[in-house]
Amino acid sequence: MNQSDTTEPMIRLDRVSKVYPGQSSPAVAELSLDIARGEVLVLVGPSGCGKSTTLRLINRMIEPSNGRIIFDGEDVTGVNPDLLRRRIGYVIQQIGLFPHMTIADNVATVPRLLGWKKDKIRARVDELLDMVGLEPNVYRDRYPKELSGGQAQRCGVARALGADPEVLLMDEPFGAIDPITRDRLQNEFLRLQSELKKTIVFVTHDIDEAMKMGDRIAILKESSQIAQLDKPEHILAYPVDDFVDDFIGSGSTLKGLSFERVRDLELSPYPMIRHNAGHAQARRVLDEAPQRWLLVLDDMDRPLRWVNDSHLDRTDRPLRDLGHPVRAKVEPNATLHDTLEAMLTSMAGCACVIDKRGSLQGVVEIEALTDVIRRLRANARKHYEDENGQSQPTGTPS
Amino acid sequence: MAPGLRLLRGNVGLMVAPVVIAIAGVLLAVRVGGAEKDFSEASALQWSERLWPQLRRHIELTMWSTFWVLIIAIPLGILLTRPRLKFLAGPVLTVANSGQAIPAYGLLVLLAAWLGTTFSTAVIAFTIFAILPVLRNTMVGLDQVDKSVIEAGRGMGMSRRRALVSIELPLAVPVILAGVRTALVINVGMAALAFLIGGGGLGETINSGLKLQRDLTTFTGAAMVALLALTVDWIAAVAERVLRPRGL
Repeated sequence: MNQSDTTEPMIRLDRVSKVYPGQSSPAVAELSLDIARGEVLVLVGPSGCGKSTTLRLINRMIEPSNGRIIFDGEDVTGVNPDLLRRRIGYVIQQIGLFPHMTIADNVATVPRLLGWKKDKIRARVDELLDMVGLEPNVYRDRYPKELSGGQAQRCGVARALGADPEVLLMDEPFGAIDPITRDRLQNEFLRLQSELKKTIVFVTHDIDEAMKMGDRIAILKESSQIAQLDKPEHILAYPVDDFVDDFIGSGSTLKGLSFERVRDLELSPYPMIRHNAGHAQARRVLDEAPQRWLLVLDDMDRPLRWVNDSHLDRTDRPLRDLGHPVRAKVEPNATLHDTLEAMLTSMAGCACVIDKRGSLQGVVEIEALTDVIRRLRANARKHYEDENGQSQPTGTPS
Repeated sequence: MAPGLRLLRGNVGLMVAPVVIAIAGVLLAVRVGGAEKDFSEASALQWSERLWPQLRRHIELTMWSTFWVLIIAIPLGILLTRPRLKFLAGPVLTVANSGQAIPAYGLLVLLAAWLGTTFSTAVIAFTIFAILPVLRNTMVGLDQVDKSVIEAGRGMGMSRRRALVSIELPLAVPVILAGVRTALVINVGMAALAFLIGGGGLGETINSGLKLQRDLTTFTGAAMVALLALTVDWIAAVAERVLRPRGL
């Protein structure tokens, strides 16, 4: 392994297996996996691939049959699992709030187990409720049955963060929540994670959720074999085999565009002209360019109209009144996904990149996007070919 | 809100029962006190010499047998729901079922022949008889606790014992208490048979009424057993409301 000491993983699974008695194929077979400090690693795969089992092996809710689990540099395969679990936050799909305890008592579970003082627990509970967006004065003394699904899962996350564990295990935490609330919880969670920088192992069967939440994604096939382990944009650009390709489904190219930004594009020149120029000059500019549309700008270089050859026949009207208004405008930090969407609604099939004041920075044409896609694929392929040369233990294409 | 007020809210039914019981008790006392009695009736219905000691004995029989039922059935029910001993649940429930299937009269006489005609023999017989509802409800109550709640607790580092004490048992309390209530009512009824083996209780009054063909005596004994059963049931119902964890 080419891991140096400074980048020692938070969690390392070393050839971990789980075989249930009476079953011919193992639930988890010889899985080796490193999870870096502060990263969100998503385990994703079809039902029954062993992703939940893998997660539960980490806090030894399921005891491994073979292999070692290294937690923060320490072999925890044989330690008291109850003590180990108090150091690891755990969120499950069913949430599992204790119905006979108040929200405050629920959140205080682990601090109590650790024997914290009352004042410290009380302060911590309020801090956590605040953090997940549940007003402490309102919710502290409520019971779980008085919460909505989204509130209950917020409370579940607060409870898992109780004693500020470095590691959080999340088993389909947003799986049972309606799509709108789920989206909001995911965004809140990402915001929280950007502050907390926990090491998180996140299980889901939803590839889109995986792409959204994960710094890295492990796509698992049966017996928890890693089909591909990489950043989401690499997986989208270069699925290593048919299994991954099928699993990420159609539209992977489109999804991949969400990870790229307009400011990184190299934009080719586009025919454009000030609004006060004459029709003849405009026709000359358009004729000299390979494009079929001409972009009309105002005095501040803000894009105004799309004009084509036939529009220019109307010599009775100024340029600023000809053609179609420019609606497809994006800022440099927009994703290419959003840019493409804007382009599809545009008359000219192009999007104008504008700065904060609205002045034109350039025009994105479809060729710019296809170039990016080609480059992404090539880079990902190269990335895998390099890795193959170094014979990495996991995630290499077969 | 004060606990008493919280109890009152939505539990008007609980307040009706004691009133009905009290009225029935007064009516019974007036009816018996005012009736013309012959010698045998007057002697059988004597309060401080007969009825009161019998009532007390009846309550003692009920309490002791219920006490032993709780001591035996709840821990047994807990053990039989633990993963390691779960395989015993079926056989033990079968035995407990047969305990209730044996005719009470037969069980009582058999035990008396074996252990002698004492108060303890009666208590043992009634304990055997009332174990089933508490045992079964303890097991059902623990089994119906949402597995994901236990999983969450264990996953945060609760030991098995801690999860049992602070999650499983509190959540099973309503079901267990329902079983205890059933056992109590069974035992009040069964204690009326204790006189058969010299165990005392209100059964003596009923029996002497039947033997001497004095309807007033029989009626008084039976009515007192019935009122005692209603009272015990009411107390158990109150306990169920009070002990039920909040939030359920």
